[in-house]
Amino acid sequence: MPFIEVNGKQIETDEDGFIVNLEDWNEDVALALAKTEQVEELTEDHWKVVNYLKDYYKEYGIAPMVRKVVKQTGFSLKEIYELFPTGPAKGACKIAGLPKPTGCV
Amino acid sequence: MTEKKRPLLDELKKGKWPSFVNEMEKSAAKKPVVNTLMDLVERSYEEKRVHWKHGGIVGVRGYGGGVIGRYCDLPEEYPDVAEFHTIRVNQPSGWFYTSDAIRTLCDVWEKHGSGLTNMHGATGDAILLGTTTDHLQDCFNDLSDNGFDLGGSGSNLRTPSACCGPARCEYACFDTLDLCHHLTNEYQDELHRPMWPYKFKIKISGCPNDCTSSIARADLSIIGTWRDNIQVNQEAVKEYVNNGFDVKEEVLAHCPCNCITFDEEKKELSIDDENCTRCMHCISAMPKALRVGKEKGATLLLGGKATIVQSAFLSWVIKPFIKLDKEDGYQELHDILERIWDWWDENAKVRERVGELIYRKGMGEFLKATGLEPVPQMVHHPRANPYFFWYPEDFAAEKEASEAGKEVAGSEVSE
Ligand code: SF4
Ligand code: SF4
Repeated sequence: MPFIEVNGKQIETDEDGFIVNLEDWNEDVALALAKTEQVEELTEDHWKVVNYLKDYYKEYGIAPMVRKVVKQTGFSLKEIYELFPTGPAKGACKIAGLPKPTGCV
Repeated sequence: MTEKKRPLLDELKKGKWPSFVNEMEKSAAKKPVVNTLMDLVERSYEEKRVHWKHGGIVGVRGYGGGVIGRYCDLPEEYPDVAEFHTIRVNQPSGWFYTSDAIRTLCDVWEKHGSGLTNMHGATGDAILLGTTTDHLQDCFNDLSDNGFDLGGSGSNLRTPSACCGPARCEYACFDTLDLCHHLTNEYQDELHRPMWPYKFKIKISGCPNDCTSSIARADLSIIGTWRDNIQVNQEAVKEYVNNGFDVKEEVLAHCPCNCITFDEEKKELSIDDENCTRCMHCISAMPKALRVGKEKGATLLLGGKATIVQSAFLSWVIKPFIKLDKEDGYQELHDILERIWDWWDENAKVRERVGELIYRKGMGEFLKATGLEPVPQMVHHPRANPYFFWYPEDFAAEKEASEAGKEVAGSEVSE
């Protein structure tokens, strides 16, 4: 199984780099995941999105729709892509430790 | 690599038709990975199961779609195809390429991927099959440097596609190629950055022959039509008849509206255009004698899709006639489209196509929300779906008016 290393600890991920066990998530893990998604540091704005995703997931057990993210965080889709260049589903959800969104192609 | 026998794939080389197996064998001479892929396909045929895992998320910078992650579920046995991602490349309008462009596309793909392509996928994109995560960004950069862009995937606007239209076809009622190019450029955000409940496809056909099968394969089908009369050239009709063409059998008998008559003595056709549904049959049968009308535009239909949550739907009419005006940037179409998206995005559940949402909420609510007029053309069969609605406020207004002793326009039909 692939993994990322954070503070000397190996954290299991799937082949797309999403963490497998949500209990493994902490802020350092988030930062390490961010680096794999072309986000060099996590600013307040990043945390706003990440925390929103985490809270939503905790409450409903799924990732929110992008429209919700845009409405609730107040960032436009463009701003979200500026914060997370690989997009809300791949970038932001991964950093927030959410399981991989199962999109249909 | 040892040459394995692949009897099931070999079956697909038989017959006089082109065979993807032949093509893959040719590619394998250059790209050994293709051999591995064929072994895996053979195994899938033997076991009658697919060996790709469902759903992977990979991508390139700034894009939420366009690349589809594919992972083999037997990576140890087939390491060459453990990662075998698909890239969708936005095809040009009407699929017109120069041979140079195709060569460039193939060169980029041989450099970064398996070299295998699927020209084209159901949505219309040029599909590049099989590369690894490491190559994605570089491949995208090379494509982009050569003027290509990714197509759509995931919950976004899928790459719009159009028939060849006026470039090659006299039936075209508007410039399908221009419209397709225009929509693609206008909706770059919707195309590359998924934000909707699910996918949305647009297909554009220049006339009711519907060569892109838009009615069955697109959420929004834009199909060329006309609103005046079919143009009849009686001289040419006579010529058909004199050459032994059986007008009654070939044309009249197949007119779904029974609205053509033929004067055998004068050898003249006449069409009752009021009752013609513009199915295009007669024109396609006698192209030299009949032409589409002069006042041309398109019909908009909504809701087509393959079976997923609900069964397959064909698109149905939401706007019988719309002028597609290049000069004003297709403003009317944009307005309608954006109202539809707003309503759908606001109301749909995850993975609910717009057609399914209308099915769930009712056509009345859809029409009200989008401000489209209920018109008879929306009715599938007579007496099937009279899309005529009264809202509480209509009754209130009527009551008020009658109390005031006034007549409300239309109140006589509201019983
Ligand atoms: S849909 Fe009509 S206009 Fe387009 S290629 Fe087919 S016949 Fe021609
Ligand atoms: S277009 Fe179709 S419906 Fe109209 S006259 Fe011709 S065959 Fe009949």
